[in-house]
Amino acid sequence: MTLNLFYFLSFVAVFSALMVVFSKNPVYSALYLIVTLFAIAGHYILMKAEFLFVVHIIVYAGAIMVLFLYVIMLLNLNKDSEPHKSSILKFAAAICAGLLLIVLVGSLKGTEILVRAETNTAATIGDVKSLGKVLFTDFLLPFEIASVLLLAAMVGVVMLGKSEKEH
Amino acid sequence: MIPIQYYLWLSAVLFSIGVLGVLYRRNAIIILMCIELMLNAVNLVMVAFSNFLNDPSGQVFVFFIMAVAAAEVAVGLAILIMTYRNTKTTDINILNRLKW
Repeated sequence: MTLNLFYFLSFVAVFSALMVVFSKNPVYSALYLIVTLFAIAGHYILMKAEFLFVVHIIVYAGAIMVLFLYVIMLLNLNKDSEPHKSSILKFAAAICAGLLLIVLVGSLKGTEILVRAETNTAATIGDVKSLGKVLFTDFLLPFEIASVLLLAAMVGVVMLGKSEKEH
Repeated sequence: MIPIQYYLWLSAVLFSIGVLGVLYRRNAIIILMCIELMLNAVNLVMVAFSNFLNDPSGQVFVFFIMAVAAAEVAVGLAILIMTYRNTKTTDINILNRLKW
């Protein structure tokens, strides 16, 4: 049952990731990216990472994809008028990505010897309580620095988006 | 229980699709989406190993990667709007003045 669910979610994720790349219309690409992100969120549930599941959906589907779709609408790109690369460049891109896939899969060749260290532990490392405990004890300084990073990104975006005619 | 190799293979496939998209398309928005795809493939490996080793540090790292991805997308799209304002296109072949 779990394995069938894994195969289904993997198929959905890979198929819609391919459709992100090969859709002509940027709006369809963004919508297929949402489907991919929801499939990955399903994988998080399968791995009992409930907190990350919720955060993933809030951050990606709620914030990042809205930003993408808003920019697509703002720039009026919802038509397939994009110039395409020449077919030899497309072929070279496909070859490069395929070779990278071969290298990555080949580098995973020895992982069959990996065995799960402790199988029947409490298995509650993914819930809010234990993750929050780790986040606010061991990773307190990175957590604060991440907030400074988000503030810096916000200030930078406001500076970038300001119209140049005003000054 | 699902073997960890399955997750590693799935992430390798998703990462390769992201690389393919960056090399294949000329629209800068699609390229940003493919960068998101690659980040998510790495997140999947992080969570898989965190679950496998029973160590919550991997999931905390995924949390930080999500924060960095949100900042990266916001800044990237702001840069995209600035270049669109100047060049009236999102085609990356226009933006080659730093190349030669």
